[in-house]
Amino acid sequence: MMISQFFVLSQRGDNIVFRDYRAEVPKGSTETFFRKVKFWKEDGNAEAPPIFNVDGVNYFHVKVVGLYFVATTRVNVSPSLVLELLQRIARVIKDYLGVLNEDSFRKNFVLVYELLDEVIDFGYVQTTSTEVLKSYVFNEPIVVAPTRLQPIDPAAIFTQGGKRMPGTAVTKSVVANEPGGRRREEIFVDIIEKISVTFSSSGYILTSEIDGTIQMKSYLSGNPEIRLALNEDLNIGRGGRSVYDYRSSSGSGVILDDCNFHESVRLDSFDSDRTLSLVPPDGEFPVMNYRMTQEFKPPFHVNTLIEEAGRLKAEVIIKIRAEFPPDIVANTITIQMPLPNYTSRASFDLEPGAVGQRTDFKESSKMLEWGLKKIVGGAEHTLRAKLTFSQEFHGNITKEAGPVSMTFTIPMYNVSKLQVKYLQIAKKVSSYNPYRWVRYVTQANSYVARI
Amino acid sequence: MSPPATSQRYPSPSQPSGKSEVSDLKSQLRQLAGSRAPGVDDSKRDLFKKVISYMTIGIDVSSVFGEMVMCSATSDIVLKKMCYLYVGNYAKGNPDLSLLTINFLQRDCKDEDPMIRGLALRSLCSLRVPNLVEYLVGPLGSGLKDNNSYVRTIAVTGVLKLYHISASTCIDADFPATLKSLMLHDSDAQVVANCLSALQEIWSLEASHSEEACREKDSLLSKPVIYYFLNRIKEFNEWAQCLILELAVKYVPSDSNDIFDIMNLLEDRLQHANGAVVLATVKVFLQLTLSMTDVHQQVYERIKSPLLTLVSSGSPEQSYAILSHLHLLVVRAPFIFAADYKHFYCQYNEPSYVKKLKLEMLTAVANESNTYEIVTELCEYAANVDIPIARESIRAVGKIALQQYDVNAIVDRLLQFLEMEKDYVTAETLVLVKDLLRKYPQWSHDCISVVGGISSKNIQEPKGKAALIWMLGEYAQDMSDAPYILENLIENWEEEHSAEVRLHLLTAAMKCFFKRAPETQKALGTALAAGIADFHQDVHDRALFYYRVLQYDVHVAERVVSPPKQAVSVFADTQSSEIKDRIFDEFNSLSVIYQKPSYMFTDKEHRGPFEFSDELGNIPITPEASSDIVPAQQFEANDKDLLLSTDEKDDNKGLINNNGSAYTAPSYESSSNTITSQMQELAISGPATSTTTPQSSFGFDDLFGLGVSTAPAPTPSPPLLKLNPRAALDPSAFQQKWRQLPISLTQDYSVNPQGIVALTVPQSLIKHMQNHSIHCIASGGQSPNFKFFFFAQKESEPSNYLAECIINSSSAKAQIKLKADEQSTSQAFATVFESALSKFGMP
Repeated sequence: MMISQFFVLSQRGDNIVFRDYRAEVPKGSTETFFRKVKFWKEDGNAEAPPIFNVDGVNYFHVKVVGLYFVATTRVNVSPSLVLELLQRIARVIKDYLGVLNEDSFRKNFVLVYELLDEVIDFGYVQTTSTEVLKSYVFNEPIVVAPTRLQPIDPAAIFTQGGKRMPGTAVTKSVVANEPGGRRREEIFVDIIEKISVTFSSSGYILTSEIDGTIQMKSYLSGNPEIRLALNEDLNIGRGGRSVYDYRSSSGSGVILDDCNFHESVRLDSFDSDRTLSLVPPDGEFPVMNYRMTQEFKPPFHVNTLIEEAGRLKAEVIIKIRAEFPPDIVANTITIQMPLPNYTSRASFDLEPGAVGQRTDFKESSKMLEWGLKKIVGGAEHTLRAKLTFSQEFHGNITKEAGPVSMTFTIPMYNVSKLQVKYLQIAKKVSSYNPYRWVRYVTQANSYVARI
Repeated sequence: MSPPATSQRYPSPSQPSGKSEVSDLKSQLRQLAGSRAPGVDDSKRDLFKKVISYMTIGIDVSSVFGEMVMCSATSDIVLKKMCYLYVGNYAKGNPDLSLLTINFLQRDCKDEDPMIRGLALRSLCSLRVPNLVEYLVGPLGSGLKDNNSYVRTIAVTGVLKLYHISASTCIDADFPATLKSLMLHDSDAQVVANCLSALQEIWSLEASHSEEACREKDSLLSKPVIYYFLNRIKEFNEWAQCLILELAVKYVPSDSNDIFDIMNLLEDRLQHANGAVVLATVKVFLQLTLSMTDVHQQVYERIKSPLLTLVSSGSPEQSYAILSHLHLLVVRAPFIFAADYKHFYCQYNEPSYVKKLKLEMLTAVANESNTYEIVTELCEYAANVDIPIARESIRAVGKIALQQYDVNAIVDRLLQFLEMEKDYVTAETLVLVKDLLRKYPQWSHDCISVVGGISSKNIQEPKGKAALIWMLGEYAQDMSDAPYILENLIENWEEEHSAEVRLHLLTAAMKCFFKRAPETQKALGTALAAGIADFHQDVHDRALFYYRVLQYDVHVAERVVSPPKQAVSVFADTQSSEIKDRIFDEFNSLSVIYQKPSYMFTDKEHRGPFEFSDELGNIPITPEASSDIVPAQQFEANDKDLLLSTDEKDDNKGLINNNGSAYTAPSYESSSNTITSQMQELAISGPATSTTTPQSSFGFDDLFGLGVSTAPAPTPSPPLLKLNPRAALDPSAFQQKWRQLPISLTQDYSVNPQGIVALTVPQSLIKHMQNHSIHCIASGGQSPNFKFFFFAQKESEPSNYLAECIINSSSAKAQIKLKADEQSTSQAFATVFESALSKFGMP
């Protein structure tokens, strides 16, 4: 299970950090890796898989904020272990630096080396716990301004919205002190749900799934114990029934297909009262991951029509309706639809008085794009597009276009109805009252409507 | 370590070129070296950072080695760490300078601060300079006894580093024994975990030449050690848990209670958020229950949900790793996943490497109850903008059609693809329709009417075009304008760039001619003339051959080119079941990702420490040896479980498919039996007939596999053991047994000089032993080291003996390890084995 080298490359292929633990892999592995990934064209795949073998050396990589985190080894190791490790190294570094990007990396590479030396020794993983690492690592992070940074995780959307949440929270290093010299006692619990829905051409749901995570980031001193209570009517597992058997959903309650937990989580009273207890380690980590196929109300309804309108013309109408309460606002909505490849032009017609909307026809990929800054619950929006074709079409035009796919983010809303009922922090003194933030967010993973 | 600045492929403007900056740094460092001014540490920090940053981007800064060492006299831990990093990087290339560092590192190893002790020890062991090893033993010895666990964890790994620099120094200092005792007694989990990984690595490497190391390696798998680890598994961090689980995979449980104890102990590991822990646990469960069919199946049911959760909760890369394993399980036991097919639907934003896996899984799980839905879904992908995936989806539909009994609906769907009028869709579909027709000729009418309507001008891809031409030739009598389409194509011979298409055109013209001679004659003539003039050798040869055979006799030509066809029942599977089983044994490794057993992509020493399952795989099975393996591949198909052997699954499929068609092939089993016995006879009679000398009577004696009479018997003669000359064992069963049985006997023999001479052809030993009813299952190696795996069976009952035999031809020594189903008779077998071996090379 040992790895030979670890390195991080920029998008251009520059070494940002490079550590050789076992001196088994010949020189030039970074170049070999980068060439292979950049010019990958094997069995029709345009994208290099996360693991490949060149001349007996196995290369593993994950992409985080546009950087390549790479490990090499000659040994037949567990692939999950190495990929998990790479992801974890990225998280540890992020915990330390507050923000993770090329700039913060370059400014803090000595600290990163210091971390890497403690995370891996002679190719064997020692620890990836930010908590444990804190006692071995001495460099102070040089903090990089988070403003022009790409967010690393879904929780980062809270920093965009502004007022409701403390903006610096997710980009704060776990070790750096704030300007005042004192650390603010606070804890964040984010319930992040990614939803996948496929609608058939007639509008009914073919498949739907929620992949959720309860993510925690603690800045509490003294490691107090925390109790997290979930819905009392929460059920796990769907018995012997098929996962897609919707009959069971007529009853109330939240039914998860399955879930897993972070190792710090104690489940002693989970069966009786659905509480999780844990002493949260420093840094960001998932308390619980869950998966749900129970029927839920999709937040958006999409209606698409494509019709011939003459020999070389057709019209597309896309209608979306927000199926959530009016006090909830979805943001950064993008709708995409591939058009027939003989489409030469598209002109758009937005509804009168439309604000914060943009439309685009990407000539090279024949892609229609419609962006909306926000959609208020209950609202309905329509786009009409007139297409011009370069040649006459034959056959069925609906086979040549679509499906319509959608991405969006809905803060303070979750479709599963899973809830954190309370977040209890064991008190040391009566005056101890740290900030607690419990936040919900729903994002589209694969939200597709066929036409 | 950074690569030196020899080549900087992607220079960025911000990166300095090197030389002047380095000399600048050198003088600045020199100024600071002696200074004790306040704030000097801060200036040093800045300079050190510059040095390290140059090192990272590949500029050679080894020339400041002396200055760096001079500046290292400091109590600032951040500075020290940078200095250690630098020294570790350049020490190997500068052994003389490294000597300079020994002093301060040794001093730091005695520092009051455990942090500094640990760091210094780590750096000291990372110098990788062989002539400095003498300085390591002392600090390592005290490091292992340090009262601080941080220092001990570093010291343990330090021992392993020392072993790699100088194995003898490490062994002589008796460090492995110290590690073993730490592993069993230390209170710190990380110290224990590091001991385990270090000992696994050391003992595996030592085991090839040390009997003791071999025993120690095996002792890690003893019940007390395994339970010692499993009982406290939660004290270890997630990575160390993986290590322990990997160890537990190799444990041979004593009985079923043992198995259930372990599974209960590990049950909650399946809920871990770390996919590596879950997969390692899954592997333990799968391996433990291999021999318990029902429980094994329950394990599949149990692990399904956690694996699916991991697939959807991680990054795409992590999902891919988990999904690859799920893919393996799905292909192995499709019926268990048949109801979960919707989980394998592709999401539009998934990377193509994930989609490809999912398409294969959908193909695998398709059965009577879900085929309709799966094919409907696949048809959606066929219109996808991602063309490679669209192609794969069409192929998937075709594969499902080929593996289903009732393909009526699927054929319709395939034919609809042709109506989409997209180049690549049409091409892929034609290839599939062709394959379908070869298997289900009864569908020809439906297909032909649609295919006949396709204009060959619209197909650019050679594969699709070739398929269309094949159908035109094959079904010329049903497609009224087949001769004319072919004629058209032949007229454009010059423009046809693909030799494959031209070859098909020749054959199709011939077939068409036999069915509709008057209409085709002219076109055939043109085709043959063009073909004979073709610059492509194969096309030319085929045309000439057709021409001559037509000249000779048209009826003969028809029988040659267009004989009555039998439907194809099973298309050749690309991967043998043996390979599939080997990959399954290597679950939770790269073998699953690459879909290849490890011996195909790694060299021996990198196959991972402690890979017992690999022992057989280490040896490339030579083609010669494989002819001897034939008897071993015979197996009883009926009493094996679907889950346990892919062999049987494929066989069943073959049989079922055969029922659906007119043509019934002889079943695999009987045919392989015939071949088997033929091979056996060949192998046995070979040596006997070839020895024409008077001594041939020896060979004849040997035929009965007893041959003890002529052997110089050094041991008191044990009860005579009769072996089955036609013993059979398939390689995976051998492998499984080899892993599970304990070594019952280890012996060293001398090989006589004649034997060593004969060993220049290693195959001769295999033949020789087979004459003694001891069969070779795998062999390999090169002079002077040869390795063989043998097996034998008792004449009267199915009791197996397994043997590993390593022969060193330069020392004329053979080392034998025996494993036996019946321990009590292993001595008897050893005697037979030795006697057989002693006669090797004797005339």
